[in-house]
Amino acid sequence: MAPAEQPAWTPDQPIVRLRDVRKSFGSLEVLKGITMDVAKGEAICIIGPSGSGKSTLIRCINALVAIDEGSILVEGQEVNDPKLDKLALRRKVGMVFQQYNLFPHKTALQNVMMAPVHVLKQDRREVEDRARALMRKVRLEGKEDAYPGELSGGQQQRVAIARSLAMRPDIMLFDEVTAALDPETVKEVLQTIRQLVEDGLTCLIVTHEMGFAREVADHVYFTDRGVIVEHGPPRDILSNPREERTKAFLEQVL
Amino acid sequence: MAVVADWFRWLYEATGFNFTIFYDPYDARQMLGGFLMTVQLSVISILLSLVIGILGAWLQGSNLRLVRGLVGGFITVFRNTPPLVQIFFFYFGIGTLLPGTENQWGMRQPMLSNVQWAIISLSLFAGAFNVEIFRSGIEAVPRTTVEAAEALGYTRLGTYRHVVLPLALRVCLPALNNNLVNLLKTTTLAYAIAVPEMLYVAKQIWGSSQNVLEMMLFLLFAYVGLVGILVFIMHRWERAMRIPGYGR
Repeated sequence: MAPAEQPAWTPDQPIVRLRDVRKSFGSLEVLKGITMDVAKGEAICIIGPSGSGKSTLIRCINALVAIDEGSILVEGQEVNDPKLDKLALRRKVGMVFQQYNLFPHKTALQNVMMAPVHVLKQDRREVEDRARALMRKVRLEGKEDAYPGELSGGQQQRVAIARSLAMRPDIMLFDEVTAALDPETVKEVLQTIRQLVEDGLTCLIVTHEMGFAREVADHVYFTDRGVIVEHGPPRDILSNPREERTKAFLEQVL
Repeated sequence: MAVVADWFRWLYEATGFNFTIFYDPYDARQMLGGFLMTVQLSVISILLSLVIGILGAWLQGSNLRLVRGLVGGFITVFRNTPPLVQIFFFYFGIGTLLPGTENQWGMRQPMLSNVQWAIISLSLFAGAFNVEIFRSGIEAVPRTTVEAAEALGYTRLGTYRHVVLPLALRVCLPALNNNLVNLLKTTTLAYAIAVPEMLYVAKQIWGSSQNVLEMMLFLLFAYVGLVGILVFIMHRWERAMRIPGYGR
């Protein structure tokens, strides 16, 4: 393929644009043609039963999973391109995982500082100031020197969010970030994400928390068996779903 | 010092136990040299074998099948052959193939000395085991932790250096400890190519003083001491690397 000149991306265009994205693991087709547009500053919630391809979908966006067919544009840059600079892409797209995945051999503060220092080669002292500010932002002041193993699940997850934010991403991906948490600690993590959405950060959130989706999402996508069944503003999808599959799913989880 | 020397001389006269190395200045100098040679062989080989282990484990994760195959071949050769055979192979086999120079007496001066060959051969021998030890540690690092580093934009090398290796090291330290102890003891094989390490010197001394038992006793104590120091250092390292709330 010739190095096609991609038109420069402007903020009024979708910051993430998926067109007919397909992905199979062996004979199992997980994504069967996903199309979606996410505007800058928008919060998107993706809901659906387990195994519907939600996690795979957002993992494609930062190229943790390579897609088979289709197109993903992030800020106008094609992700489905063998010549893609994955590292540059991942500096723009932050990700938070279900299992936090903190670096267990580093303190909370070091976890937040590592990537800016190692990957972006930023000045350590300046990064530390920012990391301390982020620790305050996720309300973990005083836990800077604790190791992940000494923190609760909710605290670890908030460190993981701070770790991603330290890279100053344009887009954040949240992959069922409260699924492994106790009910009491779910709230503190959701509160942190809500704050980011209010700050105007573009967020793609895979979640099972319907109340949260209703509250923060600008747009909700319901996926099942690798397709988007329906999507729209949260009150339409969550309160008045049109599709039978959506109705059945919501009846089960609510 | 004089007190010690006098006591050992008295011990010899009274009981017949002849520890020449503690009162005879020549033997003492010889044995000190042998001791330092053993320390030198051990320290350099340990460090080189660690480098080989870390490098080999990194290359083993390569995307290129050829590179992985080469590492696998290296491990097979050095793990499946006796270390003495390896030392002979390097010193007599490869050593004579390398170009040499003539020294001032017109003798052939080999490019690498027997000490250097011993270090190379011992490092490769222990390094092959270290590759496997580090690999076991690397495999114990959760895939999800590596994924988190990738998602933050780390390169493969950056992930290895800052995330995988520090965690893998903690897992594999006990196994590494064993292998390095073995390496220290294997330095005695350098005896076979006339490297003047402790065993070689001891044999020279008992050749002239007929004090085999005494020299063997000394060797036993010396190795217990050396290995003891190594184990002490490794345990200190293990403790220093312990992470609060992780593992035990």
